[in-house]
Amino acid sequence: MSDDQTYSAAAEVGQIKLQRSRFKRSWIELKKAPPTAWFGLIMIIIYGFVAIFAPWLAPFGEADSSFSSFQPWGDGHIFGTDQIGRDIFSRLIFGARNTIGIALVTTLLSFAIGGSLGLIAAINQAWLDQLISRLVDVLMAIPGLIFALMLLSIFGSSTIGLILIIAVLDSTRVFRLTRAVSLTVVVMDYVEAAKLRGEKLGWIMRREILPNIMPPLVAEFGLRFSFVFLTIAALSFLGVGIQPPTADWGSMVRDNASLIQFVRPWVTGDAFGANWGRLGEDIKLASPPLLAAGAIALLTISVNFVVDWFLHKTSGLKE
Amino acid sequence: MHPIVRTIIQRLLLGLFTLFLVSLIIFSSIEFLPGDFGEAVLGQAATKETVAAFRRELGLDLPAYQRYFDWVVGVVQGDFGQSFSGRASSGQDRSRSVIELIGPRLKNTLFLATMTAVIAVPLALFLGITAALYRNSIYDRVINATTLTTIATPEFFVAYILMLLLSSLYNVFPSLSGIRADMTFWDKIYVSTLPSLTLTLVIVAHMMRMTRAAIINLLASPYIEMARLKGISSSRIIVRHALPNAWAPIATVIAFNLAYLVVGVVVVEVVFTYPGIGQLMVDAVRTRDVPVVQACTVIFAGTYIMLNLIADIIGIISNPRLLHPR
Repeated sequence: MSDDQTYSAAAEVGQIKLQRSRFKRSWIELKKAPPTAWFGLIMIIIYGFVAIFAPWLAPFGEADSSFSSFQPWGDGHIFGTDQIGRDIFSRLIFGARNTIGIALVTTLLSFAIGGSLGLIAAINQAWLDQLISRLVDVLMAIPGLIFALMLLSIFGSSTIGLILIIAVLDSTRVFRLTRAVSLTVVVMDYVEAAKLRGEKLGWIMRREILPNIMPPLVAEFGLRFSFVFLTIAALSFLGVGIQPPTADWGSMVRDNASLIQFVRPWVTGDAFGANWGRLGEDIKLASPPLLAAGAIALLTISVNFVVDWFLHKTSGLKE
Repeated sequence: MHPIVRTIIQRLLLGLFTLFLVSLIIFSSIEFLPGDFGEAVLGQAATKETVAAFRRELGLDLPAYQRYFDWVVGVVQGDFGQSFSGRASSGQDRSRSVIELIGPRLKNTLFLATMTAVIAVPLALFLGITAALYRNSIYDRVINATTLTTIATPEFFVAYILMLLLSSLYNVFPSLSGIRADMTFWDKIYVSTLPSLTLTLVIVAHMMRMTRAAIINLLASPYIEMARLKGISSSRIIVRHALPNAWAPIATVIAFNLAYLVVGVVVVEVVFTYPGIGQLMVDAVRTRDVPVVQACTVIFAGTYIMLNLIADIIGIISNPRLLHPR
C-alpha cells in the first residue's frame, strides 16, 4: 500500500454496493406494496390528473345551464343533466378540481399553522407551550362540525372563510401530533448542540427537528386530508359550504338527492325473474347524487389505503 | 381523601371550567357579527327606530360582561332568547322563543340517538370481541376491510345507498322520517329505522375497530399467556380473564363513539328530513339565526364534553393501577 493513498471504507463498499437512485429505491418499495395500496395510488393519480386538466377534459362548461333539465343518460350528455340543465359529467370533472383543490389548500394551511405551533411548543416547553396547549384543549372540546357550523353562521359561507375556519379547527389535531412526536426529538443531543451553537428557533425547527418527524407527519397529512375533504363535502352537502355556481361534489349530492325517490319499486318481470332493463333505467335516473357521493368515497378510501400501507412501512412492522 | 376521589373531583372541576370557556366562545360569537346585521335580520325596509329597538332588545348597548352574565343565567334556566326569524321590518314581532323551537326537536334527536346506541353498542362489542378472538382469520379480515371502507365513506353516501335499496327499490321503510309527537312508539321506531341504520353502520365501524384493538392489546399481556398455557379454553380466557380488565377501554370506546354520534346526527337528519335539532341547526346556520345556532351549539358541545368526562371517569374508576397509586 502506498503512502499517498488513504483508506476509505466508503470507497471499498462503493465498489461492490450498487448506489441506487431515490427513484429506483421507491420503485422497489412499490413493487412490494399490497394491491390495496396500488389501487389507492392509481386512483389518487387519476383524481389528480382529472383535477389538473379539468377544463380540457370536460365537454361543457362548469356552470353552463343552457340544456334542458333532467335529461337521461347518453344523447350528448354521458350522465344526463341536473335540475337546472347542467351537464352532470362536466360538473363531476370540475368538481374534482374545486373540491380536491379547496381541501388540499385547507390541509396545507392547517399543517402550516398546527405544525409550526407544535414545533414551537415542543422547543419552548414553558409558558408558551402551556398557553397554546390549553387553548387547543378548549377548541377541541367542541365537536369540529358543530364548531364549523357556528362559525359559518357568523362569518357567512365564502370559500375563503370556509378554508380559514376548517384549517384553524383542524390545526388543533396537527398541533397535538407535531408536539407529541417533536418532544422525543427535542431532547436529543444534536438539538442541544444546535442550541449551544446559537442557532435561531427557525433553524432548529426546520433543519434539526422537522426531518426527523417527517414520516408520522406525512401519514397524518393523508389522514387529515381525507378528514378535511369529508368535512368540506358534508358542509357543502348541508348547503353551508362551497356555494353555487361552483361545481362541487357535496352540493351536487344535495341538489340531485330527490331523484332517488323517483326510482320505481323492484318488480319481478321476465323469465329471469326480474325486469333488468327497468332496473337499469331507474339506477341511471338515481345516479347523479350517487356518482358525486361515490367520487368522494372512492378518493377517501384510496387515501386511507395508501396511508395504511405507508404507516405499516415506516413503523417497521413485519408480518 | 382517597386519591381516586380527588382525581374525579379534579376532572369534574376541569370539565366545568371547559364548559365555562366553551360558553365564553359561543357567547362571543354574537360579538363578531358585522355591524349592520340588524338590517340583515329585519329586512331592507327596516326603519332606524326598529333597528335601534332591535339592538336594545339584544342589549347591545350594555357592556359585554353584563350581557354574558344575563345570557348564562338564561341558558341555565333553559331560556335561550328569541329567534331572529319571524322579525318584520315594521317592528311587529312574530318570532318564537328558541326553547319553543328546540324542545320537541331535542326529544326526537334523543329518541334517534338512543335507538342507535341500543342497536350499535351490543353489535359493535360482539363484532369487536369475536374479531379479536379469531384475528387474522377470513372473518376478521372481511370485517376489517368493511369497517375501514365504512369509516372512509361520507355518511350521506351510506344514507342514500340505504334509501335507494330499502325505500325505493324495496319499499320496506319510508325514505322521509316525518316523525310526529302523536305517533305510537312502534310507528316512531319504524319511521326512524333508516336514519338509525345509517348511524349504526358508521358508529359500529369505529366502535368495533377500537374494541378489537383494546382486546388484542390485552391478549398480548403475560397473564393471558399464562392462562393459555394452563390449558383454559379460549372463550373462558376472554370472559373470565380478559374482559374484567377490558371494561375500562371498552367504556371509553363507547362514550367516545356516543360523542361521535352527536356530530353524525346532523348530516343524517338532513338526509332523511328527520325533525331533530341537527336539522334545525343547519337551517338556522343558513338563515344566520344566531340565537338558535348558539343554543344548538351549547347542547351539542355540552353533551360532547359530558360524554368525554364520563369516559374519563369510568377509565379512572375501573383502572386498578390508578386505584393504588405508588
